[in-house]
Amino acid sequence: MTAFTMPSLGADMDEGLLQEWLVSPGDRVHKGDVMAVVETDKAAIEVECFESGTVGRLLVEPGTRVPVGTPLALIEDQAVPDVRAGVSGGPVTAGAERVPAWSAEPTGEAVLNKALTRAAADQAPAARHQRPAPRKKAARKPEATPEPALAASRKEPTDEHVPAPPKPSGGADSVIGAGPLVRHLAVLRGVDLTTLHGTGRGGRITRADVEHAQPPLAPRVRATPYARRLAQDLGVDLAAVRGTGDGGAVRAADVRTAMRTLAGGRGSGPERPDRGPLNGDQHPDAAARRDSRPEDRTDTMRRAIADLMSRSKREIPHYYLSTTIDLTAADDWLRRVNRARTPADRLVPAALLLKAAAVAAREVPALNGYWQNGGFVPASEINVGIAVSLRQGGLLAPVIHNADTLPPDALMTRLKELVQRARRGRLRGSEMAGATLTVTSLGDQGVEAVFGVIHPPQVALVGFGAVVERPWAAGGMLGVRPVVTATLAADHRATDGAVGARYLTAVDRLLQRPEEL
Amino acid sequence: MKPLNDAEALSLIKESITQIIPDADFTLVEPDDKFRDVLELDSLDFLSLVELLSERVGVRIGEEDYPDLTTLSDTTRFLVERTGQGS
Repeated sequence: MTAFTMPSLGADMDEGLLQEWLVSPGDRVHKGDVMAVVETDKAAIEVECFESGTVGRLLVEPGTRVPVGTPLALIEDQAVPDVRAGVSGGPVTAGAERVPAWSAEPTGEAVLNKALTRAAADQAPAARHQRPAPRKKAARKPEATPEPALAASRKEPTDEHVPAPPKPSGGADSVIGAGPLVRHLAVLRGVDLTTLHGTGRGGRITRADVEHAQPPLAPRVRATPYARRLAQDLGVDLAAVRGTGDGGAVRAADVRTAMRTLAGGRGSGPERPDRGPLNGDQHPDAAARRDSRPEDRTDTMRRAIADLMSRSKREIPHYYLSTTIDLTAADDWLRRVNRARTPADRLVPAALLLKAAAVAAREVPALNGYWQNGGFVPASEINVGIAVSLRQGGLLAPVIHNADTLPPDALMTRLKELVQRARRGRLRGSEMAGATLTVTSLGDQGVEAVFGVIHPPQVALVGFGAVVERPWAAGGMLGVRPVVTATLAADHRATDGAVGARYLTAVDRLLQRPEEL
Repeated sequence: MKPLNDAEALSLIKESITQIIPDADFTLVEPDDKFRDVLELDSLDFLSLVELLSERVGVRIGEEDYPDLTTLSDTTRFLVERTGQGS
């Protein structure tokens, strides 16, 4: 048995607030499955488990703030073969072993069948007693966005990570015949699991069942993705908010207005009469909800950045280098590659710059790692943190692991995903931790150079400015070329200027042969 | 794709930008402003915009066309011309 602990989602994180459990005792989980949502000062992060097993006791109630390393739940080893829910694989033949936790629970077929045949009673009471904490929360959580993420959500890329909360009744309770991953997928897709017929072993609902399911026919509320998120954060029912945007779409401002109305006079608010009032104050997790309001989030994020940057400048003797790099070769290569591609597959210069920055770190490993206990500890992988500025202010630095090994196309895909999720959805715990070097690119903000502040305990930060056309002398001839200013802020305790110079020179050299990146 | 008129093209552009930046405030953008700067579209956002526009209008938008997609008015003109050519 092992403990699933509050992870460190960044060097500056001391504690985190457990916002929500996405699994229940008895669920079988696999390495990489999302277990819970944790609020840090900066964002709500989906936290994955790092080993497979069966979820045992949940030790921490949603809404609780605990230090990094605190056990949140127990994960019991399992004799269960490592199969995903519903995928073929024999049932556990427990034999002399103790009965696996999940079979002791009245879950599985019985509950699923009950769910499927349930008429008016849309709860599965038999399943209740085993799942205390998350159920309470799920049951009380006001329904915010019952509408499905339409199948056409391809057209609305911003919607795909908006988490739909579990329905206040039925929904999450009755779907124990599906693994956590499948349930999570269903939530994301707005599919009501109780309406599905499982095709997996023993009627379990499989991933494919969810993927093929038609979303329910509930009318979709037109709303901007940000408004959707905000509504979710604030516990406001979108369906009851009057939209003032194009075509009556609900905008963020409308949600705030509705929230204010709610806060003012109960009953006159836009809330549906058939729902309980918001009752924010009575929630044990009211603190959690309050913490996740964007205004507060911006404040706490500001404070977190302030603390980290102050520490950086207090502790790290920075030195700075800068060089201007001729991007003609890279630009030509990109143009050639992109010409044959649809916009969705095109590369932006940032992807190439990122790749060059990562590969150069392989050549100059003294800049890739951590300053710890008075010494430099080189990292074995090159995990590049990408500074992503958020529209409401603040920034996050999600991580692309092993960036030096990814071809530019893969890097581009990761970059798009991370930026989109950082801004609009939720990042995963694994995407928040482990950066060994950070790259910031302020070119889009129109400046030519950025001299960054190192993200402790890392020892270097690479900056790229805008790609601009400038007069450039080469081979005795003056011409106009696209150039970019690459900078390096590095920790003088770990390296000296000569090392930094070698790094920037390597970046330059790599960018002259983009086809090899 | 049928030819677009100016108003249709402009509303298509605004819709597409709004998909990328949900709270985009077009009252801030004059027709000849560089909307990327005003609305803070980074290069990934811009690429998404190109993707959306070319999907919706059904015309190919190459990188060589990017300079024509700088302001709302020249983007409108671009879409009107391109959709007009095909018919």
